[in-house]
Amino acid sequence: MIHNNCLQITDKGLKDWLAKIIAGGKQLYAPVREGDKTAFKWLDSVAEISMEHIQTTQSAKAVAFPRAEKLFSYQKEKGAVTLQDYNPDNLSETVIFGLHPCDAAGFRPLGSIFNWDTPDKPYNERRKRMTLITVSCTKSDEFCFCTSVNGGPGNTEGSDILLTPLKKDYLVEIITEKGQKLVEAYQSCFDTPPENSDKEACLAKVPVRFSPEEVSRKLSGMFESKVWETQSERCLGCGACAFVCPACACFDIQENSKGNSGDRLRCWDSCGFSLFTLHTSGHNPRSTQSQRWRQRLMHKFSYMPDRLSVIGCTGCGRCSRACPVDMNIAEHLADIG
Amino acid sequence: MRELQDTVKALFDKGEIDLFIGYEKGTRTPRPFFVHKAEDAENLIFDAACSGNLAVYLTRKDLTGGKKTGISASYYALKSIAQLFDENQLKAENLRIFGVSEEGSVQFFDSVAAIKQHLSATPPPAKPDEDELVGKINAMTASERWKFWSDELSKCFKCYACRAACPMCYCTKCIVEVNRPQWIQPWASTLSNMEWQINRVMHLAGRCSDCGSCGTACPLGIPVHLLTHKMSETVKEHFGVSETKENVLSTFKPDDKENFIH
Ligand code: SF4
Ligand code: SF4
Ligand code: SF4
Repeated sequence: MIHNNCLQITDKGLKDWLAKIIAGGKQLYAPVREGDKTAFKWLDSVAEISMEHIQTTQSAKAVAFPRAEKLFSYQKEKGAVTLQDYNPDNLSETVIFGLHPCDAAGFRPLGSIFNWDTPDKPYNERRKRMTLITVSCTKSDEFCFCTSVNGGPGNTEGSDILLTPLKKDYLVEIITEKGQKLVEAYQSCFDTPPENSDKEACLAKVPVRFSPEEVSRKLSGMFESKVWETQSERCLGCGACAFVCPACACFDIQENSKGNSGDRLRCWDSCGFSLFTLHTSGHNPRSTQSQRWRQRLMHKFSYMPDRLSVIGCTGCGRCSRACPVDMNIAEHLADIG
Repeated sequence: MRELQDTVKALFDKGEIDLFIGYEKGTRTPRPFFVHKAEDAENLIFDAACSGNLAVYLTRKDLTGGKKTGISASYYALKSIAQLFDENQLKAENLRIFGVSEEGSVQFFDSVAAIKQHLSATPPPAKPDEDELVGKINAMTASERWKFWSDELSKCFKCYACRAACPMCYCTKCIVEVNRPQWIQPWASTLSNMEWQINRVMHLAGRCSDCGSCGTACPLGIPVHLLTHKMSETVKEHFGVSETKENVLSTFKPDDKENFIH
């Protein structure tokens, strides 16, 4: 029996549990260290998992929103076209282990975008099969700002299970039914928690840099502000910030065709690219980098809160770590807010 | 540092420039900094950590168009600037180019010839880490090398930061974006990522300054600058160093060697 939806697990118990999850037929996606970077990988063995990092280079969003997704296939024959729609039957059940609360929270803005109008089948089918075992942050760096966007190093939003490293062992918080199932199936790996495990004391201290409400309020009157030119001068207009972001959902449609058959693909795109809004006529409504930078901040901190009731940013700081010219988003937001 | 700040202040005071492109302190490492008025020059810095190639901004019309622009250029930025002049991308009358030594002394270049002369008299800054990795890659067998680059390039997600950071990638329409016909598959996959890098490198033949900004820019840490580095060495070996404006990519001579085409 599980009491209060809180348990405890030892380091060894955790490895056993994950190994059993793999043996049980689920796909495991977890952080692996490579040189000075850490990346999520599909793993057959728990030995490769590394938890030393503050942040993986990329988020875990690719599991629900891969960098290139086949939406449907087609064949043309004598004027007749046959279509094979997106087939979710071969998608596996996946467990993502070792993501931080800012990544788990990213599935809320992502899910809001992929469901704001027509529910998106590929995203929802993949998301349905995912169970998130998140690990709270015990350390942070100068790029982290989850606490400024309604998050925190021990935040449970989006997670199915949240593990917090205590002095010894992990506190296990079971958040959802999906999480409950994954624990109950392997209950022997867990212990009941001691009387007073102090989660808060083990969490990283992440200073608040700005208020998202204040930023959002100010942004609504800043469309014509000079600030966009000043802030964006050094921006190179690449896709690094958008591609590493757990909440960026923009995509481009491409065609992989050969003769009379082909696939329609959905690929990651970025509002930082000059091509993003280029019309066939040659007109570009966002012809300068400052307009594109404005769009990035407006979309995340003004339009999304207004229309989808969610901030398009979880404060993971990845865009700032990835940016070749140090466009530190928290610094820019603090200057505004 | 002081010398650079004072020089820039004086340029603004005399009305000689409208904009100065340099570096300021960044979150972890120095970052590009755009100075618009004399008092902001105080935040300028320059040291060995100022490695991003600032020449990338000189062809950005939205930033420098119609402005008299000054720039503090590292060794490699000077090389890129000389190449941009050779490709008729810059107007000398609008530019004030300053080299800054690691000790902080400032040197003004009044012509492309002066830049070229300085470059030929100055050895390129040492890159021990790169040399080590290049040594390792050179020692690999062809199949080991294939595996190395397949593994590295399988990670690429086509953010094009490598292209955006490169001063020589100034085309307004890149070959990867041409879709009629589609030369390069635009989605990310190991094969199409290789196609992308091979094209990027080939288009830099005889033009790349070897600054390494492409590799530093890559958020995934793929050492793509070693591809252009190797290409530069190969070009030097087969074609020598160009004494004229001509470069390997855009110059055809009937007696060009063809023995490397298989
Ligand atoms: S902010 Fe940085 S990462 Fe984003 S487009 Fe600009 S240069 Fe690229
Ligand atoms: S905008 Fe930047 S800090 Fe915010 S979620 Fe995206 S990558 Fe993280
Ligand atoms: S910067 Fe790196 S990930 Fe981005 S396109 Fe270039 S090689 Fe690929």
